[in-house]
Amino acid sequence: MTTELLPSGTARIDHMEMRGITKRFPGVLASNHVDFDVLSGEVHALLGENGAGKSTLMKILYGLYQPDEGEIRLNGEKVIIQSPADAIHLGIGMIHQHFMLVPTLTVTENVALGLKSSRGVRTDLEKVAARINELASLYGLKVDPDALVWQLSVGQQQRVEILKALYRGAALLILDEPTAVLTPQEVDEFFVTLEQMKKDGHALIFISHKLHEVLQLCNRVTVLRDGQAIGTKTTTGVTKQQLAEMMVGRPVGMQPHKAATEVGEVRLSLRDVQAQSDRNHAALRGVSFDLRGGEIVGLAGVSGNGQRELAEVVAGLRPVSGGGIDLVGRPIQGKSPRAVMEMGLSYIPEERMRDGVIKDFTVSENLILREFDLRPFARNGFLDRGAIQHNATDLVKDFSVKTPSLETPVKNLSGGNIQKLVLARELSRKPQVIVAAQPTRGLDIGATEYVHARLLEQRELGTATLLISEDLDEILALSDRILVIFQGKIMGDVPRAEATPEKLGLMMAGEKQADVATTS
Amino acid sequence: MLDFFVKYPRLGRLFDMLLPLLATLAALGVGAIMLQLLGANPVTAYGALLQGAFGSQNALADTIVRATPLLLVALGICIAFRAGVINIGGEGQLVAGAILGTLVGLMFPEAPGIVIVPLALVAGFIGGAIWGGIPGLLKAYYNVNEILSTIMLNIIAVQGMNYLLRQPMIDPAQAQLASRIPQTARLAQAFDLPRWIPTRLHLGALIAVILAFVVYIFLWRTTIGYRIRAVGLNPDASRYAGINVKRNIVLALLLSGAFAGLAGAVQVYGVHHRMFTDGSLAGFTGSAGFNGIVVALFGKLNPIGAIPAAFIFGALIVGANSLQRAMQVPAALITALNGLVVVFVVSSDYFSRRLARNRRTGAETPAAPPKSTLPPALSIEGEASQ
Ligand SMILES: Nc1ncnc2c1ncn2[C@@H]1O[C@H](COP(=O)(O)OP(=O)(O)OP(=O)(O)O)[C@@H](O)[C@H]1O
Ligand SMILES: [Mg+2]
Repeated sequence: MTTELLPSGTARIDHMEMRGITKRFPGVLASNHVDFDVLSGEVHALLGENGAGKSTLMKILYGLYQPDEGEIRLNGEKVIIQSPADAIHLGIGMIHQHFMLVPTLTVTENVALGLKSSRGVRTDLEKVAARINELASLYGLKVDPDALVWQLSVGQQQRVEILKALYRGAALLILDEPTAVLTPQEVDEFFVTLEQMKKDGHALIFISHKLHEVLQLCNRVTVLRDGQAIGTKTTTGVTKQQLAEMMVGRPVGMQPHKAATEVGEVRLSLRDVQAQSDRNHAALRGVSFDLRGGEIVGLAGVSGNGQRELAEVVAGLRPVSGGGIDLVGRPIQGKSPRAVMEMGLSYIPEERMRDGVIKDFTVSENLILREFDLRPFARNGFLDRGAIQHNATDLVKDFSVKTPSLETPVKNLSGGNIQKLVLARELSRKPQVIVAAQPTRGLDIGATEYVHARLLEQRELGTATLLISEDLDEILALSDRILVIFQGKIMGDVPRAEATPEKLGLMMAGEKQADVATTS
Repeated sequence: MLDFFVKYPRLGRLFDMLLPLLATLAALGVGAIMLQLLGANPVTAYGALLQGAFGSQNALADTIVRATPLLLVALGICIAFRAGVINIGGEGQLVAGAILGTLVGLMFPEAPGIVIVPLALVAGFIGGAIWGGIPGLLKAYYNVNEILSTIMLNIIAVQGMNYLLRQPMIDPAQAQLASRIPQTARLAQAFDLPRWIPTRLHLGALIAVILAFVVYIFLWRTTIGYRIRAVGLNPDASRYAGINVKRNIVLALLLSGAFAGLAGAVQVYGVHHRMFTDGSLAGFTGSAGFNGIVVALFGKLNPIGAIPAAFIFGALIVGANSLQRAMQVPAALITALNGLVVVFVVSSDYFSRRLARNRRTGAETPAAPPKSTLPPALSIEGEASQ
């Protein structure tokens, strides 16, 4: 080929076209004659509701699926992509939302993994490390090649994924919801890298549910709905509102409506709670607060400051090493997760694929995961299929979980629909207290709106909710009070009316509330 | 070929179901080459195999009798594997059940059969449960690998059996003789499981088939079955859902052993009417404790699927024996043939799992590319910079 080279030494992909792509799954038309293209030097966004077919389309481009119809052209030439190996060979890379790194290996080893070595392992690894440094400085992707992956933050792990793709010679990079797991600061750094790549002539495909990101980063945007491409627009001159309407097919209210409610009695009370992390560091260092019925309390903080441990301690999944927790007036020390649940706690775990669902169970089986042995789902030890079916039918409808059938294994649902399923299960239990960790991560606008409405509805019903989120907008939109956590300590307790992103930002960086108050 | 089935999932699933059968045929194909090398005509040989397994009423009955313990063990294996624990202890559990079951019959020789037989079968169930429960406890509470502990318990079981049959449980008649054959007395005739005269087919086969349906219902229609499957598929989510993972691991191994133990008692009351030993485990169990694992895999870990799987495997064993007699090939060939089938079936399972991995995409956790299609070396770099 006589195409130009990218700074990374890879041949440029000037134009990638997908034409008339159709892909059927049992009971679903995931792609319906979709046309999609991307040019060198641009970021093209794919937007659409959960289950619209974004990931499917990209997996076809990456060779993970074969299309039933349609063709793919690179620089005008028709190509057949049978496998990821073919895709990589053609210069196409993909970063999945859930990273595929081996935690116990170093960055270099992860990048080298799967590459056939021509000579001894050692010389290769040295070569790989040198190349990583080279690429890293080229794109501002700071990582230590010798660091073990499990020690890296999520943002750093993502850089490793990108380096891995670049190392393999990616000229076109598919990014499937790359920002869903990043903190706002990490997103900013990430965008700097992407801008650089764009300038250098890479072709980038970007999937996100966050419209402001799409508008900020992308040149063009294509909206998918129910497997069909609804339209492609340049981002100059479109508004968030317009994009949202294209996605959902109806006008959406972007701001949740919040009714005033009476704050009730204390439902959850933490007193000087201390707990260890998985790596045996002190993750919670004396956390105290009360949560009352009818209020939503946001827990803001940069991820990794004890949020996960706090949620697990409350759910009875992690022992406390000091202090006490009362749920509806009763201590939960020594209680099993099951007992805590029966005392009235609903828990929406952050790692939904690991902790929230059983991938190989069907939709209806997953919807009873918390109460499968209680009436009406169980009678004398036997599962009542009628009741289980009935429950699933209702919840799938109420929460508009998109699934071909109730007997589909959950692993075949789109990411956002799995999250909806977890929410459907947890919110339908009439809980006293809800601990919701990143409840809208990976959800589309419509679904996010819906979840917010559901959480507010719970608030009106008098439920106490602890909302753990890295999304400050979400916290500000829903919370009555905001707690800020930093290094396992609560830095402050701010009423919504007094909370500003700046103030919270300072506290998230470790400043005490009192200091913030005096400086501002 | 992979791609083809990825493209047509429906065909792929049918292929999945037939895969164990194809694997068996492939193994027999390799066996044909071995027969040829030994100077036996494979066509005649396999003719003898079919004749031996299905050729007459008696042959068919023998096949079913052979399949019965395989099916029972396989049912237990289904439960264990569904809970994510690997039970290699079928042999020891079978022996433990046989011993306890035999003791019941020996202790009350005068009692009516209608009382003793059910009691003995229950005793077998319990014996196996104990022998399966031990590795369960060790795994759940002391983190001892169940593969190792079940294998060790197999060894302990055979030594225990050898001791018991040479000393306390030995047939009093044998005890008088110099030969002292290590076996118990023949159990009272009244305790023989009902037989379908004139064949050797006994009631155990029917019990096993009924239990296959019971286990199916247990696993998919009861709350305990739900727990066991949940724990096997995702212990983290199970814990979050409030399921006691450890307790269910113990339960699964215990039940798994119980079915092997029942197989032991059924062998005693339906086939041998006494216990005996040749010093090894296989002497008494006929390796049913191991072959049951293969049967379970053959049946895709589905209790109903285990029924035809056990039948085919039983036929293979019975047929291979008559093949050996008819063709005068070395007995080792039969063992080899058996081993071939095991290797082929087990590796076909791996193959079909890889196939499944290609077919699915866990929402945002897409399939890791299969090994054979891993990126082609560092060559990308070279090419790109041309
Ligand atoms: N392997 C599969 N088997 C069956 N159905 C599937 C499979 N993969 C995806 N689907 C279905 O195809 C549709 C599109 O899914 P896809 O994962 O492409 O959605 P998405 O746009 O990426 O959604 P999200 O925003 O939730 O990630 C969904 O209805 C999903 O259930
Ligand atoms: Mg997706």
